Amino acid sequence: MRELELEWIIGKYNYWVFVLLVVIGFYAMTSKKNLIKKIIGMNIMQTAIFLFYISAGYIKELSAPILVEHATGYVNPLPQVLILTAIVVSVSTTAVALTIIIKIYQEYRTLDEDKIMEANQ
Amino acid sequence: MNTNLPVLIVIIPLMSSFIMPVVGLIRRRYCHILSFIATSAVFILAIMLIKNVTLHGTLSYHLGNWEPPWGIEYVIDNLGAYMAAIIAFIGLSISVYSKKSIEKELNKNLVFYYTLHMLLLTGLLGIVVTGDIFNLYVFLEISSLSAYALIALGEKRQALTASFKYLILGTIAASFILIGIGFLYAVTGTLNMADMSLHLEELYGSRVVHAAAVLIVVGLSIKIALFPLHSWLPNAYTHAPSTVSALIAALMSKVGAYMMIRLLYDVFTINFFIETMPVGEILSWTAAIAIIAGSISAIAQKNIKRMLAYSSISQIGYIVLGIGLANTAGLTGSLLHILNHALMKGCLFLAVGAIIYKTGIKNIGDFNGLGKKMPYTMAFFAIASLSMVGVPPLCGFFSKWYLALGSIEAGRWIFALVILSSSLLNAGYFFRVLEKAYFGEQNKIDKTIAPASMLIPMLVLAAACIVFGILVYMILPYVQYTAISLIQ
Repeated sequence: MRELELEWIIGKYNYWVFVLLVVIGFYAMTSKKNLIKKIIGMNIMQTAIFLFYISAGYIKELSAPILVEHATGYVNPLPQVLILTAIVVSVSTTAVALTIIIKIYQEYRTLDEDKIMEANQ
Repeated sequence: MNTNLPVLIVIIPLMSSFIMPVVGLIRRRYCHILSFIATSAVFILAIMLIKNVTLHGTLSYHLGNWEPPWGIEYVIDNLGAYMAAIIAFIGLSISVYSKKSIEKELNKNLVFYYTLHMLLLTGLLGIVVTGDIFNLYVFLEISSLSAYALIALGEKRQALTASFKYLILGTIAASFILIGIGFLYAVTGTLNMADMSLHLEELYGSRVVHAAAVLIVVGLSIKIALFPLHSWLPNAYTHAPSTVSALIAALMSKVGAYMMIRLLYDVFTINFFIETMPVGEILSWTAAIAIIAGSISAIAQKNIKRMLAYSSISQIGYIVLGIGLANTAGLTGSLLHILNHALMKGCLFLAVGAIIYKTGIKNIGDFNGLGKKMPYTMAFFAIASLSMVGVPPLCGFFSKWYLALGSIEAGRWIFALVILSSSLLNAGYFFRVLEKAYFGEQNKIDKTIAPASMLIPMLVLAAACIVFGILVYMILPYVQYTAISLIQ
């Protein structure tokens, strides 16, 4: 019984890392006061999701979906393709966010959320 | 031609948004013409779609000729065509309105404004035509990203912080939705929504599906600003340029509600979200709180745009209430309210934009005598606000009527009471504005009239509020049929 549980935990380590990273990213996005740190948190969270998709689509014995000799089988390429799209979305989001941060810095001369809130009052 | 309709409605705004910067290089005022032509074309296509869907049933387009469920499929059913027509209509009105308003407010960024405007429409139209759940996510992000940038164009520096807050919360929401989609894909192995729904039937007991449902519903609730998750909305609507406020208030939240309907009713199906998980129950109670809380916060506001923003939070509550009730009358009310709220809020924000354009007045306290000063604009404002309160025979009355019917049908009298009391609260904050404008003391009146390009869209939207109220029986069969086909 004990072994089974351990195996269950270790066997799904990629999902544990995914959960951990999502939580770290979520924490940074909601609790950090510095705007750049929020963006870093956002990227951690998005990368965690990429990890989830990619590792869910990975099967150890099978090769990439390119026609080669001696292949026992091919993995589904769709998760990887989806993540390519998601990476593009993530990069654009980061770009927009950083652009807004630059403008915010030019206007407020600070990146601290509390100070910006004070200046807005 | 007819077979290509579903993809053309996305391609036209997408292409025009790519061409826009080039056109802007040649001559800036051509941007306005291009945006007008593109939105008109989209509007005509949307009307053709409705006609086709009612005549021949659901339209389907296979991108790259890949058969679904492998390839991406664009599907237009009754609901999709209905939403596309709303988006196209509001998009066209705002495109006409933009000319003068943008020239004054954002002269420096005119080209960017039009580019983003078309990109936003692309995203919104894409959401309503796609039948692929991952494509849905991508279009959601296209529309959200252009909305963040559009809000950041606002004149005051608060627009930047409002936009940043929206970006952070919007990205959290999108990440939740993406994780939810990933879970669903992991258990079903398909991304086509119709196919996924078939595979999901056996998996209603699975915890992965439950987690996916929770993540998607919470993500969408942030995107549509359902009450406890609404904190990004008031600032974003207040500080955005007037046309952007109108565009986002009228369309973004409606499309979010569409996604909620599509995912809950078509992918998870009613058996799951009512019987297996109490999602409908939770949504309708949250919505009831949102309706009251939004209305009460609106009463306390001094800035007119902020008041309208809080009123939006309460109106979103109405739409979600109908979704949560999950009976024909409730869903009919919800669908009608999607249309009506788009018309009313569009008209209100455009009227406020015209008032700011001409007089610079933003506080309700300064509205004294505005009814005589800007007679036409205030008349349209009054029509839309009366409709918002739910005065028959204006359109707002009928959606509330069906929502109340749905609540009673579901045996939930308290929701009918909530709708009634919220109408009274609505009357409270709208009549305060109207009372100031028409009966407030004024010193001297110098009449000003907003430019025709601003008055005509307002006139059309205000007229639509009346027409869809009096002639509601003309669209009612279509909406009811849509609601029934969603519930089955």
